[in-house]
Amino acid sequence: MTPEAGAIVLGGQAFVGDADGALYWPHERLLVVSDLHLEKASSFARRGVFLPPYDTATTLARLADVVRRYVPRAVIALGDSFHDDDAPQRLNGPDRDTLLSLQQGRDWIWISGNHDPDPAIGIGGIFRDSVVFGSLTFRHEPAAACDGGEVAGHLHPVARVRARGRSVSRKCFACDGQRLIMPAFGVLTGGLNVRDRAFAAVFSALDFTAHMLGRSRLYAIAASRCLPD
Amino acid sequence: MHGRANASGLHTLYISPLKALAVDIARNLETPVREIGLSVRIETRTGDTPVSKRTRQRRNPPDILLATPEQLALLLGSADAPYLFGSLRRVVLDELHALVTSKRGDLLALGLARLFRLSPRLQSIGLSATVADPQELCRYLAPQREDAPAADLVIAQAGAQPHVSMLEPGEDLPWAGHTARYALADIYNLIKAHKTTLVFVNTRSQAEMIFHELWGINDDGLAIALHHGSLDVAQRRKVEDAMTKGRLRAVVCTSSLDLGVDWGDIDLVINVGAPKGSSRLLQRIGRANHRLDEPSRGILVPANRFEVLECRAAIEAVADNAQDTPPLREGALDVLAQHILGCACAEAFDADQLYAEVRTAAPYHGFSRADFDAAVNFVATGGYALRAYERFAKIRQGRDGRWRVAHPRFAQSWRMNVGTIVESTMLKVRLVRSRHSSKGPGGTIARGGRVLGEVEEYFAEGLAPGDTFVFAGEILRYEAIVEDEIYVSRTDASDPKVPAYAGGKFPLSTYLAARVRGLLADRSQWTPLPATVREWLDIQRYRSQLPGMQELLVETFPRASRHYLVCYPFEGRLAHQTLGMLLTRRMERARLKPLGFVANEYALAVWGLGDVGAHIADGRLRLADLFEVDMLGDDLEAWLAESVMMKRTFRSNAVIAGLIERRFPGKEKTRRQVTVSTDLIYDVLRKHQPDHILLRAARADAATGLLDIRRLGEMLSRVKGRIVHKRLERVSPLAVPVMLEIGRETIHGEAGDAILAETADELVREAMRDA
Repeated sequence: MTPEAGAIVLGGQAFVGDADGALYWPHERLLVVSDLHLEKASSFARRGVFLPPYDTATTLARLADVVRRYVPRAVIALGDSFHDDDAPQRLNGPDRDTLLSLQQGRDWIWISGNHDPDPAIGIGGIFRDSVVFGSLTFRHEPAAACDGGEVAGHLHPVARVRARGRSVSRKCFACDGQRLIMPAFGVLTGGLNVRDRAFAAVFSALDFTAHMLGRSRLYAIAASRCLPD
Repeated sequence: MHGRANASGLHTLYISPLKALAVDIARNLETPVREIGLSVRIETRTGDTPVSKRTRQRRNPPDILLATPEQLALLLGSADAPYLFGSLRRVVLDELHALVTSKRGDLLALGLARLFRLSPRLQSIGLSATVADPQELCRYLAPQREDAPAADLVIAQAGAQPHVSMLEPGEDLPWAGHTARYALADIYNLIKAHKTTLVFVNTRSQAEMIFHELWGINDDGLAIALHHGSLDVAQRRKVEDAMTKGRLRAVVCTSSLDLGVDWGDIDLVINVGAPKGSSRLLQRIGRANHRLDEPSRGILVPANRFEVLECRAAIEAVADNAQDTPPLREGALDVLAQHILGCACAEAFDADQLYAEVRTAAPYHGFSRADFDAAVNFVATGGYALRAYERFAKIRQGRDGRWRVAHPRFAQSWRMNVGTIVESTMLKVRLVRSRHSSKGPGGTIARGGRVLGEVEEYFAEGLAPGDTFVFAGEILRYEAIVEDEIYVSRTDASDPKVPAYAGGKFPLSTYLAARVRGLLADRSQWTPLPATVREWLDIQRYRSQLPGMQELLVETFPRASRHYLVCYPFEGRLAHQTLGMLLTRRMERARLKPLGFVANEYALAVWGLGDVGAHIADGRLRLADLFEVDMLGDDLEAWLAESVMMKRTFRSNAVIAGLIERRFPGKEKTRRQVTVSTDLIYDVLRKHQPDHILLRAARADAATGLLDIRRLGEMLSRVKGRIVHKRLERVSPLAVPVMLEIGRETIHGEAGDAILAETADELVREAMRDA
């Protein structure tokens, strides 16, 4: 059977990779997003670098779309949800309302990341360094040594391919069947090429697949066929 | 006001576009001042001036200060400005035509407006030897007020008419390419026969190549030197010094020596390649022989057939003393934003007063209050419709209504970022062993090979591993980007896959282009042309036709299972590239399956699978529709959204306006972070605030800059109803040069030349043989 686009198998379980960059686990009705970096622009603005202040609203609107599509029982925000620890206090009223309304009727788990290590107040949800569902551990940074299945973020994977004389770079899920690295969900987040050596610490050799985000579906490309920068 | 009349302070300020020119003028002034025994202190101030000396100059200014526009902006942005310039009597703007056509001219105009306010009795003087419309410069020099007339025009007695001729090319005159290798022996002999020769070329790589080749035949060991903008400063100074002392026989140089520096006793100027414009050529020829009563001598060396036409047109333009410098520009929004922050750094400002002052600067005379306020808003909090950054503002309005810098670190950051020249990031090219040949999974690349030189970042970003390109005289294979270096290996590939940008930065001037079209259209003017060129044009006339003065000639023909469309707008490579981009979109929609296009200064060739000639012949495609001006509407908008050029333009707007900081050595963020973030900012802004001041600035720049949209628009309007289609069975003689660009003309080295020659011969036989 040809795997349908967007199907990702991890630890023997079937997942759906969404073209917006979210991961859905139908069996658990669990939705995972990573590296939202909310209030990144205002974090820069504090230093006088006035990035467009539309990032939080745009990222949350996309998150709302995804939540509406899958109607999950639980949502895991896999760390670096906020660009810094003060960011939750800078949320404007409408954005905060959007965030809280998304949590209505479901569990919401904030995993701590390197940008937002301390639990914040006024944003709902519960706070964890990591959580375990079945055989899978959900944490922000990929563990140095990992025996079981793992879903992590932090690295912002991007894959690059070339065809018909043009090269295309897209955010992607990087997955070898045992471990999965989530794409960064935030709108102002940059990316790291999956051929960078940081990924060699997670996946042995190039034995993984980059599920690149297309306009409305994913495209699975073997890592060995992805281009380095 | 802490400013007071400074009786013994700065009297005269001299501004030049080039550091070298400021230093040179200072040297030339010091000698007579010393000889007469005047107690006049003359100093220069450039980016190279040590900090201690700069500080001293602010406290204890010289009588005459020679500086660049950036240094003037820095001085005006200091609290000492009223003291420093309060006694200023005269400001001299040298080579003004070269400044006013760029954003540096905008910055200078804003500085000049401020100088007039600080010192109302100030007299301004502009100098220019080559300007198309002197009245425009007169206007630029004076404050734009009803009570202030434009500057007076003083025309110096013209020197003797320059002697300009063309090196007579023989049978071996190339069809395409920019190397002029065929003429090297002649160039060498000319150098030998003269005291000191300047050899001007249009690009850095051309300069390198000719310099290298000249030394290859330099049996007499003549002192021949190289001078271009990418060389180390110390290296350039050494060459300039040797030149002044008369120790050099020739210098191969780019526009780095265009402007009025008087280097010793030059008796011949050789211009290799296309002259591009009449004023530019006059400026270059003027480097020879500065005595007014003797003519300057210049020899033009065309590198290919089209350049023969351009050289011929330029010689006639020079004989008419025709000037074709571009008209004055509209002041840029990003430069104004930089200036506003600078004003706040100097002293608190009142918005009404500053707006009035800004409007006295010629480029900003028509600037609306709404735009000015948008710029102030941008500086204060980013200029967003969503006013989210009030509490982080860089400048704030006090209770007195005046705007002040909110924190000294913003002034510090402004000082680090002053200026309008945004250098593209260069990556070192390092030769390594190919990992292609070392089999095995993930074979690592050997480090530590030789550095061959530098390429611009945007070029490297377009490469994929395995791509081949020409650099430093050979064909190289791209391997990887590692930090700030690109790794390449040797390859035995015979054809580079990726073209290196070969043309100069300056497009053919509209004026000269019209002259070339006129020359082509009128056979009676062909007499002075070399026989090979006349024959080429005659066969074109017989096989197809020559483009008329006001027409756009479009030829279609099949070749090697492809269908070609070649047109001849003569509007320069940038405008042609934009046209190619837009035409292929339309042809795609017409199901003509276009595959690619290539442009040179004169023509554009598009090829594809669909028989475009047949489509036109049977009326399925109307050329008038294909070339309809409305392509500059939706098609352009759609393309701009994705355009790498547009993103590059936007990045430079963001740096100039102070949204993001310049990159400095040692303080650099990684390549990826910065590049990604300006692209992301561009995308987010386009979506949420398409009328944001920076996007407007980027669109305005694209119109005249990298995309040359304005010129393309003027051409499309001009040829409306005058498009002539010739459906041919094979390639026409006139199409050969642009067709050769497809295989790429910049192949260096012996093997490369052989391939070029082979390809050329085949095409030429096809184009020139009898029907």
